[in-house]
Amino acid sequence: MATEMPRTDVVVIGLGAVGGVAVLPLVNAGLNVIGLEAGGWMGTRDFAPDEIRNNIRDWPQAVPKAKNEIPTTRANINFEAVQGGGHPMMNGVGGTSLHYWAQSWRLNPWDFKTVSETTRRYGANRIPEDSTVEDWPFSYEDLEPFYDRVEYALGVSGNAGNIQGTLHAGGNQFEGPRSRSYPMPGLRSSGFTDMMGEAARTLGWHPFQGPAAINSEVYGDRPGCFYHGFCDRGGCHVAAKSSTAVTTIPEALKSGRLKVVTHARVLRIVNNADGRVTGVEYLSGNQVMFQPADAVLLASHTYENSRLLLLSRSKEFPEGLANNSGQVGQHYLSHHQGAPVIALFPRNLNNWYGLPAQGVAIDEWADDNFDHGDLDFIGGGNLWAHTDRKPISAAKMSTFDLVPNWGAKWKAFISENADRTNASYIQKTTLPYRGNYLDLDPLVKDRLGLPVIRITAEYRQNELRIAAFTQDRMEEWYRAAGAVQIIRAPLGSAMGTSTHAYGGTRMGDDPATNVTDRFGFAHEAPNLGILGASVMGTSGSRNPTLTAQALAWRTAEHLVANWESIAG
Amino acid sequence: MDNNKKNCIAQNQSQEGGGLSRRDLLKGAGLTGAALIAAGSGAAMAQTPSLQAAPSRIPVAEAFETLTSAESAALDAFASRIIPSDDGTPGAREARAVHFIDRGLTGAMAVSRDQYAVGLAALDSLAMERGGVAFSFLSASEQDAIIEAMTQNAIAAYPMLNAGFFNTVRTHTIEGTFSDPYYGGNRDFVGWALLGYPGVRIASSADDVSQGSALAPSRQSAYDMPAYTKDPVAGVQSGGANHGH
Repeated sequence: MATEMPRTDVVVIGLGAVGGVAVLPLVNAGLNVIGLEAGGWMGTRDFAPDEIRNNIRDWPQAVPKAKNEIPTTRANINFEAVQGGGHPMMNGVGGTSLHYWAQSWRLNPWDFKTVSETTRRYGANRIPEDSTVEDWPFSYEDLEPFYDRVEYALGVSGNAGNIQGTLHAGGNQFEGPRSRSYPMPGLRSSGFTDMMGEAARTLGWHPFQGPAAINSEVYGDRPGCFYHGFCDRGGCHVAAKSSTAVTTIPEALKSGRLKVVTHARVLRIVNNADGRVTGVEYLSGNQVMFQPADAVLLASHTYENSRLLLLSRSKEFPEGLANNSGQVGQHYLSHHQGAPVIALFPRNLNNWYGLPAQGVAIDEWADDNFDHGDLDFIGGGNLWAHTDRKPISAAKMSTFDLVPNWGAKWKAFISENADRTNASYIQKTTLPYRGNYLDLDPLVKDRLGLPVIRITAEYRQNELRIAAFTQDRMEEWYRAAGAVQIIRAPLGSAMGTSTHAYGGTRMGDDPATNVTDRFGFAHEAPNLGILGASVMGTSGSRNPTLTAQALAWRTAEHLVANWESIAG
Repeated sequence: MDNNKKNCIAQNQSQEGGGLSRRDLLKGAGLTGAALIAAGSGAAMAQTPSLQAAPSRIPVAEAFETLTSAESAALDAFASRIIPSDDGTPGAREARAVHFIDRGLTGAMAVSRDQYAVGLAALDSLAMERGGVAFSFLSASEQDAIIEAMTQNAIAAYPMLNAGFFNTVRTHTIEGTFSDPYYGGNRDFVGWALLGYPGVRIASSADDVSQGSALAPSRQSAYDMPAYTKDPVAGVQSGGANHGH
């Protein structure tokens, strides 16, 4: 029998990038909140500049819950799904926001209206036939106030390109209007980013330092970035990275109304005969606990969000909680962010102390920022040239087919070129399609005997055409900057596991095609809110975290404003 | 030199159930000297004038945790062909990548332990067939020929000597040569010097970055910095302790 804990107002499942944000507006409104987190606390002393620990061994200090439930993957139903690689997410208070790249973009207004804008500009037949894409149930303008709140609550650095309709040089000329500037200027440039920026201007493009949830100067009680170079999958040793573990969660704890329960492994969400959720069952050590609550916010990342719903079966929901529509797991997509272009320059780039979020962005070829009239795809890609470099990954650099990959010639090659290479990061519009989905794997189980999630998904022509198109633009840019060798990675096929995983609990007004309503509450279980990119129906061509955080804040505010009707 | 070499070969022999005749043993010892001269870098030879020091490419003072002496000898020879030191600058051997791998195989890399056991034994068996000696006593060019055949999956008699095993050893040799010295490799920061990486530091200014590899090397492990030691430090609390939940 489960040990029943005292009732609370709201239980949040997962205190990562989005759950860690949602707790703040809840406690500010006077609600009592319990946050269940599978991992534990880690602090600045745990975040050593150690490539083996962070990048090779995948955080052995962290609670390995996710690593025991790695999804299986297959391109389509003609293959058997297999586990491969790792789980991209980590468990801990702050979740993956502890060690993410911290690029903190707003989506482009077009991403909210992909169907209607494409139809208006090019005709309805330009929407890929097999896509299930819908317009979002609201616009960029509706989300703007929440982007703003999160940027200031966390601390996001960046150079504004459009403040209330007025364009500003040095920022993104294609961004939607923002109500005010970022709370901090963008991260500093480097010799390499200056060089890439100059090359972009010779092409007539508008380069800019992209936004990051990393302090560029003192913000509140936290310092600016120390630029020590271990930011990629590295926690910040001086708390300059605006993870929720050092921002919104400690802020919420000050109220005395947030209780953080660490090492809590959630088993299922419980519902009553009315279809309302009543609380959450979790494992603490080997003891089963039950936490009753008036409302539940599910914030455990895309894979686990769908998995927990599908595992939470009951008489009322025989196919999983909030899934009588069969929509849980549908409209899944992994962001197309691979297929890089890799360049070799004839001189050292001095990138040893760079970080992934310190870079130059080009938005000319993203979203609908260029005319697609004569092209055979919609959407596009954001080009990103960044400074991250660490010694082991540097030694594993591409040989550009110039030398073997071992022995004396190779040694001489990496000795000369370790600091002369750069790999692009291109994030592309990725759409949901029929036949791409998440479900429970019929064979593979985690250590508790519960099935892991199975990803059945592959990129389609639209993504592959964007990939080829943006590789051309990227090569053009590298050549303009003086690159002497270029390698292009394959365009991609199956969608693997990704931190940028979307859908499975899509948000929309139509309950026949969406799991949650326009505020993130389940159509079928009205006091269950769902947070994270799992509610997003389009990817945009930039990192999802800030959008997922803005949506989380919005869902939490909606719960506060409608407490009686939702939770009463 | 010869005594130590013989001991080493004798160990191989005893582990493999005695496939060597006394004649093989002597032949192996004879080849050893030539192989050493062929493979050894000028710098290494200059530093090892005494016969006693020459075979202690892996000093006995630092024990291996899981690798046998035969395995460590074969692996050291293999790793030092991946990142050789023939050019007179340190490679995987001087970085002591094998010590990194040995430690890793008892923990984070344990999943590869069987692959190493099978692969390294096969390397010695193949070398014995071809040259009558263990892999580590083949000449550099003979070792290179075997490694090249591995990368082509072209050793039919020993299918475990394939590109997969090569990639495992290559990956771990790179990690052992270029990782933080805390893990037992990258000794004296020779790996980071090879790449021109000026080393871990707490912070870098814009001026530091503009100097690039000309910046004075920090020559410290992450764990030489008090900020990252795990020992309790008075007055310093790690993140969660402040929050009391």
